[in-house]
Amino acid sequence: MRHFGFAAFLSLLAVNANALELEESRNYPAEAASSELRILSTADVEVFEPIILAFQSENPGVAVQYDVASSAQVMRGLYEEGVSYDLALSSAMDLQIKLANDGLAQSYSSPATQRLPDWATWHDQVFAFTQEPTVLVISKAAFQNTPVPHSRSALIELLRTRPETFDGKVGTYDVRVSGAGYLFATQDSRNSENFWQLTEVMGRLNARLYCCSGQMIRDVADGTLAVAYNVLGSYAQSQLADNPGIEIVEMDDYVSVMLRSAVIPVTARSVTESGAMIDFLAGLSTRPDLAAQTGLPPVEKLRPDEAPERRPIRLGPGLLVFLDKMRRETFLRSWTSSMEQR
Amino acid sequence: MKLRNPTGSIRRRLVVQLGLIAALLSVAFFLAIRVVAEGAATDTQDNILAASATSIAEAVYSDSGEVRLELPYSAITMLSTVSEDRVFYRVLVDGETLTGYDDLTLPQGRRGPAFGTFEYRGEDLRAVRVTRMLSVQDQPRQVEVVVGQTRLGLSAISSRITTNAVAIGTVFFLVATALSFFAAQNAMQPLDHLAQAVARRGPNDLRPVTAATPTELVPLVGGLNGFMGRLRQALTRSEDLITEAAHRVRTPLATVRTQAEVIHRQMKHPSNKKALREMIRAVDESSRSAGQLLDHAMVTFRSDQLETQSISAADLLRDVVDRLQPTAELKDIQVTLDLPPEPVTVQGDAILLQNAVRNVLDNAIKYSPVDSDIAVRLEADTQCRMAFIDQGRGFGQADLAQLTARFSRGSNVDDVVGSGLGLTIADDVARAHGGALEITSNTEGPGACVTLVLPLS
Repeated sequence: MRHFGFAAFLSLLAVNANALELEESRNYPAEAASSELRILSTADVEVFEPIILAFQSENPGVAVQYDVASSAQVMRGLYEEGVSYDLALSSAMDLQIKLANDGLAQSYSSPATQRLPDWATWHDQVFAFTQEPTVLVISKAAFQNTPVPHSRSALIELLRTRPETFDGKVGTYDVRVSGAGYLFATQDSRNSENFWQLTEVMGRLNARLYCCSGQMIRDVADGTLAVAYNVLGSYAQSQLADNPGIEIVEMDDYVSVMLRSAVIPVTARSVTESGAMIDFLAGLSTRPDLAAQTGLPPVEKLRPDEAPERRPIRLGPGLLVFLDKMRRETFLRSWTSSMEQR
Repeated sequence: MKLRNPTGSIRRRLVVQLGLIAALLSVAFFLAIRVVAEGAATDTQDNILAASATSIAEAVYSDSGEVRLELPYSAITMLSTVSEDRVFYRVLVDGETLTGYDDLTLPQGRRGPAFGTFEYRGEDLRAVRVTRMLSVQDQPRQVEVVVGQTRLGLSAISSRITTNAVAIGTVFFLVATALSFFAAQNAMQPLDHLAQAVARRGPNDLRPVTAATPTELVPLVGGLNGFMGRLRQALTRSEDLITEAAHRVRTPLATVRTQAEVIHRQMKHPSNKKALREMIRAVDESSRSAGQLLDHAMVTFRSDQLETQSISAADLLRDVVDRLQPTAELKDIQVTLDLPPEPVTVQGDAILLQNAVRNVLDNAIKYSPVDSDIAVRLEADTQCRMAFIDQGRGFGQADLAQLTARFSRGSNVDDVVGSGLGLTIADDVARAHGGALEITSNTEGPGACVTLVLPLS
C-alpha cells in the first residue's frame, strides 16, 4: 500500500513536469554518471551549452538535463505546480526573489558564493552569475544622417522631431507578455522621470511590441525597425556577427543591468550537484573563454569609478513591489493607455 | 610565636567574597545588557515594520468606488536595507484580502499597531497590523495592513550583542576582581600595621598600644591594653615582693655574718672554726643571691625606662674590676684589664651597665679555679665589645642559648652555689640597650668567654 502511494506520488510529479511548457530540452549524459543535475532555465540551449560542457569536464560524474522554458513558465512550474528541478536559472530577477522570499528556495553557502559581491546574492538563496545591461539597438541604415541618441531625453527629442522617419519603426517589449520587458519598464519608471514621456512618444509613433529580444533584433537588422528600446545587451552582442546592419548603443544617463541568477528549488534532489554548479557559475569571471562563447558577461566586482551609469537591479524584496497584483494592474493600465492612445 | 589554629585569612575571605559578588554582578550585568539591547533591537524592528505598514495604509485610495493600492516601493525596501530578511505583506478591506499574501496571519490587538510573532512559511515572523478607515462613496471601509519580516537581522544583532555583552561582562569581572583585591589589601593595612606595632615590641615592653587603631579594632586593642596593664601590675607586684623579700633577708644575714665573724675570731677549736667558716660562706652565698634577685628586679624595672647618658666603657670596666678586686684576691685570681688607647663611648644607663658588667665578672670569678687569670678586654670596631675570658670549667655541653634564661645554670656547676641569675641580668641589660650577650667556650685553652656587645654611641 505504501509503495503504491509512493508510486502514485511519483507519477503525479511526472504529470506535473509534463504539464510544464518546455521550449527546448537537451540531455548531456556523462560516462559513468553517478548523479544527475536537472536544470530549468530561461537561457537557450545553444547559449548555455558551453557552460554545461565546461562544468561536466570539471565534474565528470554528473549528467545534466537542461530544460528551457519561459520565465513565467519557470515560475508557474516551481511556484504553483511544485515540479522538481535541481537548479532554476532565470533572468527574471523578481520571480527568483519571489521564490526565495516565499520559501521555495534552499539556502546554500560556499567560499565561492561568499566571494560574490554583496549585490549579487540575496539571503544565501539567490545567486547572480551574469550582469547583462539593457541597450538601444539601432539600424545603421536608418541613422546614416541622424545623430545617434545617447540618453533617453535625446531619444525622446529625436522621436518627437522626426515622426515621419520613425512612425511604426520603433520597437520595444510588450510588458504585458514579457517578464523581462516588465522588469526593465518598472525599473525605468523608478530610475527616470522620462519613462512615461518616452512611452507616450513611442505610443504615438505606433511602436511595435515584442515578446522577446531575438525577434526585435532581427527586425532591426532587416530594416523593419529603426530603433529597438530596452534590448538585452548580451543577446544583441551575440547577434552582432550575423547582423552587420545593427549597432548597439549604451545609454549615458543610466543603464539597467539585469542579473541572471540561480536558485535551488526546495524540490531539488541532487543538492550537492546544484551547489557545484552554483560554485562554477559564481566563478565565471575567471573563465573569459566561456564569457566569449556564450556572450554572457559574468558578475564582477565593479569599481565605483567604472561606469557609474550602470545600475545593477537590486536583488531583494523591493522587486516584489511590482509583482504585487494591484501594482502590476495599475502599471499595466498606465502603460497600455500610454502605448495605445487611439 | 605561631598560633596553632589560625582560621583562615580575612584577606583571602574578603577577596573570594568580593570576587563572587563581582562574578554575580557580571552575570547580572550581561543579562541586563542582553535584555535591554534585544528589547531595543526588537523595538527598532517593530518601528520599521509599523512605518512600512503605515506607509502602505496611506497609499490605499479609492478610485470611482473601488479601493485600490499602489504599493509604495520604499515601504518594502525600508525593511531590507540592513538585513536580507524575507518580507510578507497583506492588505485587507473589510476583512477581504485586497492584495498580498492572503494566508498571512493577522496579529491581534485592540488599539494602535498590533504586533505579533508567529511561524509563517517555515520561519519565525515578526508582523504588525495597522488599521485605517477609508471613506468610499460616503461608506466607511476598514483597511487593514499586515507587514511581516523574518528575524534574521535581529538574530544577527542579537548574537553581536551577546558577544559584546560577554566581553563587557568579562572585563567588568576582571576589573572588579582586581579592585576587590586592592580594596581587601587596603582594608587589611591598619590591621597589619597594628600587628607589626605589637610584634615589634620587646619582651618586657608592656606599655599600652598607642598605634593608630581602626574603630573596629578598638575593643581588641582596648582588651589587649587592659590585659597588658594587668600583667604589668602583676609583674611589678611580684618584683616588689622579690625586692622586699631580698631586703628582708639580706639585712638579718649581714647581722648573722658579722656575729659569725666575731665568734669565728674568738673560737680556738679548729673544727668549730671550720664549721663557722662554712656558715659564713653560706651566708655570703645567700646574701649574694638576694643581691642578684634585687639586681634583676631593678634591671627589669629600669629596662622599661632607660636613663641614657654617655658612658666611657674603659672607666666602667676599671670601676667594676676595682670593686671586685677583693673578691678575686680571696681566691688568688689575677684580673687583667686590656684597654685600647682611644676612648670608647656607649649610650646607656650607667647603673644597669655597671650591674651587667659586675654580674658577668662576678660569675667569672665564681667559676674560676683558685690562682688563675681572668682577662677583661675592651674592643671597639663597629660595636663596643667587652670580653671576659676565664680559665674555669667553661660551659660543658650546656645549650649556650639556654644559659641566659632565668634561674638556668650550666650542667657542670652543681658543686657551686648559684642562683642562675647573673647571665640573665647581663643579657637583659644588653638587649635593653640594643646589644647582645655572646657566650662561647674559650678558644685558647679551657674556660669560657662571655662578651657583652653594645652599640657604639
